[in-house]
Amino acid sequence: MKRTFVTSAIAAATAVFLAGVSTGAMAQGKLSGDSVKIGVLTDMSGVYADYGGPGAVAAAKMAVKDFGGKMFGKPIEVVNADHQNKPDIAKNVTQQWFDRDGVDMTVENLNSAVALTVQALGKEKNKITIVTGAATARMTNEDCAPGTGVHYLMDTIALSNVVGKAIVKDGGDSWFFLTADYAFGHSLEKDTGDVVKAAGGTVKGAVRHPLSTGDFSSFLLQAQSSGAKVVGLANAGGDTVNSIKAAAEFGLTKKQNLAALLMLITDVHAIGLNTAQGLYLTEGWYWDLNPETRAWSQKYEAEMKKKPNSNHASVYSSTMHYLKAVQAAGTDDTAAVMKKMQETPINDMFAKNGKLRPDGRMVHDMYLFQVKKPSESKGPWDYYNLKGTIKGEEAFQPLAQSRCPAFAKK
Amino acid sequence: MTEIFGVPIQALMGQLMLGLVNGSFYAILSLGLAVIFGMLNIVNFAHGALYMVGAFFAWMLLNYAGVNYWMALVIAPLGVALIGVLIEKTMLRWLHQLDHLYGLLLTFGLALILEGIFREFYGSSGLPYELPEVFRGVFDLGFMMLPKYRVWVIAVSIVLCFFTWFVIEKTKLGAYLRAGTENPNMVKAFGINVPLMVTLTYAFGVGLAGLAGVMAAPIYQVSPLMGSNIIIVVFAVVVIGGMGSILGAIITGLALGLIEGLTKVFFPEASTTVVFVIMAIVLLIRPAGLFGREK
Repeated sequence: MKRTFVTSAIAAATAVFLAGVSTGAMAQGKLSGDSVKIGVLTDMSGVYADYGGPGAVAAAKMAVKDFGGKMFGKPIEVVNADHQNKPDIAKNVTQQWFDRDGVDMTVENLNSAVALTVQALGKEKNKITIVTGAATARMTNEDCAPGTGVHYLMDTIALSNVVGKAIVKDGGDSWFFLTADYAFGHSLEKDTGDVVKAAGGTVKGAVRHPLSTGDFSSFLLQAQSSGAKVVGLANAGGDTVNSIKAAAEFGLTKKQNLAALLMLITDVHAIGLNTAQGLYLTEGWYWDLNPETRAWSQKYEAEMKKKPNSNHASVYSSTMHYLKAVQAAGTDDTAAVMKKMQETPINDMFAKNGKLRPDGRMVHDMYLFQVKKPSESKGPWDYYNLKGTIKGEEAFQPLAQSRCPAFAKK
Repeated sequence: MTEIFGVPIQALMGQLMLGLVNGSFYAILSLGLAVIFGMLNIVNFAHGALYMVGAFFAWMLLNYAGVNYWMALVIAPLGVALIGVLIEKTMLRWLHQLDHLYGLLLTFGLALILEGIFREFYGSSGLPYELPEVFRGVFDLGFMMLPKYRVWVIAVSIVLCFFTWFVIEKTKLGAYLRAGTENPNMVKAFGINVPLMVTLTYAFGVGLAGLAGVMAAPIYQVSPLMGSNIIIVVFAVVVIGGMGSILGAIITGLALGLIEGLTKVFFPEASTTVVFVIMAIVLLIRPAGLFGREK
């Protein structure tokens, strides 16, 4: 009896020891700088601070925490910086992160001008850059960075495809654009214009306004006198919010329809349902889609005291996807991690069967929403009626049409 | 349809009308700045932040206390003026004898702090402020739809500007004020409480900013950034008009609103820059500003 006890004790100890060794072996992996360091580069204090900002940093940290906080027993760190929507600041910060601070990957990078700069730098330094908040389709076309650049949430082609087609089909066949005067606005105007024309509509003109314009009334007056049926807002954040308010004030919405091409739930929250009701918009994610999204949003809300938008969700999802790829590859080497990221489909609260293509585009389903009437809403953040789910393959540009030099058909 | 440089004359009229509305805001804000600079020699960089605080007070009064727009129009500027009294009494007072630069740095710091506090609590997207019932709807002027509220803005601003100009340039109180700025000791010798006058002048100046904030609340988002978006332009207005010149601030405010409106038609991309181009030109030709006196 006593003997058996001793034997089993030894056996158990051996088993524990062996298990320890084997997990030790599994957990071994090569990490540059003996840690995984993730840089969240975003607008912390300007017009897009609610769009990305502190919420994006919190989402990245949530991903690290849910992953377990450690990679192969080494720490995972999250650093962040405020790029103030200035590409030159973004470039300096990212350069310092890559060259001096040992940052392995940057995420978020909202503002298309910033995103293009950061992605170009990542390509040069062979570091993974994940863009969630910026929308210009140049990221995976003319300025693509296959192998390092990832474009995760949406792009101007997908946004214009979904809203553009839906509205032209609905009879809105003449358009006038109110465009933010930088890379993103130009992209969105061009891509939506193409979709409208392809669907048989016409573009009557456009007016380009500087970023963070206070008063939109005179631009709206120009849109009003154009006589177009639809006024497309090729801008974002505070600019979209102010455009919509001014449109309501000037009675533009009585004769013409507004189409916000890039609008997030945080913007709807800022405008209020009275002014925003009836508006069509495209998003890649909404907190109230299913039990999984609701559960994650609850966790986020506990931290940030407000609901997340699709950008925050995609920062979480992409950071998690990256961490899992590093784990699977057993290294943070860029090429190996990217290979894993492309091989593994993304199945989480953000995307179902999301696929990262070799050109850097993450293809996932997009949703067409209409903003609820105040009477339909059950309270703050209950803002959307789901009008349609558009399959990723239909929403995003097919790889075959890419203008990315590496994939373009010659 | 008659056209000027390819733009229908009716559209142009509409744009000029809007320019006048924006100009009214510039005028009220730059008026406050000009009063503060002209009377107290303080470059008040906190002006934009206090304009923002005025808008937030209106929002808070409505949402936390159910106080309507009309009451807010009185209470919020008074609240902002009270903050002004506090700032002047506890901080600015100690800087009177020093170079302008110190006052500028102090008020700039205050502006950043105020903005940071409101951003922390209310986020950067801003909050909606519903238009009062009376002002819903538009006047159809034939060449454009003019929202009723904007007409109200123009009217209030003209009355305010005239009132301020009149008090400072034409009344006994205004004469004391101007004298107090020139030679405080002499005026004190006549038994006038100069420090109190200075405090009240500062409070009045920032109160004007608070009022402009309440006026702006229904049009724009009530957002922590609304002040910093407008303050630089307003400073340019004051510089072009001549630092400290009341009349200069009013006329330049309205005129620049109009010019900006025109730029939005002919070259929209430059609409936020045109003011500064004009400022550079004016400074080259008349360094004291259009209505300023050389010292």
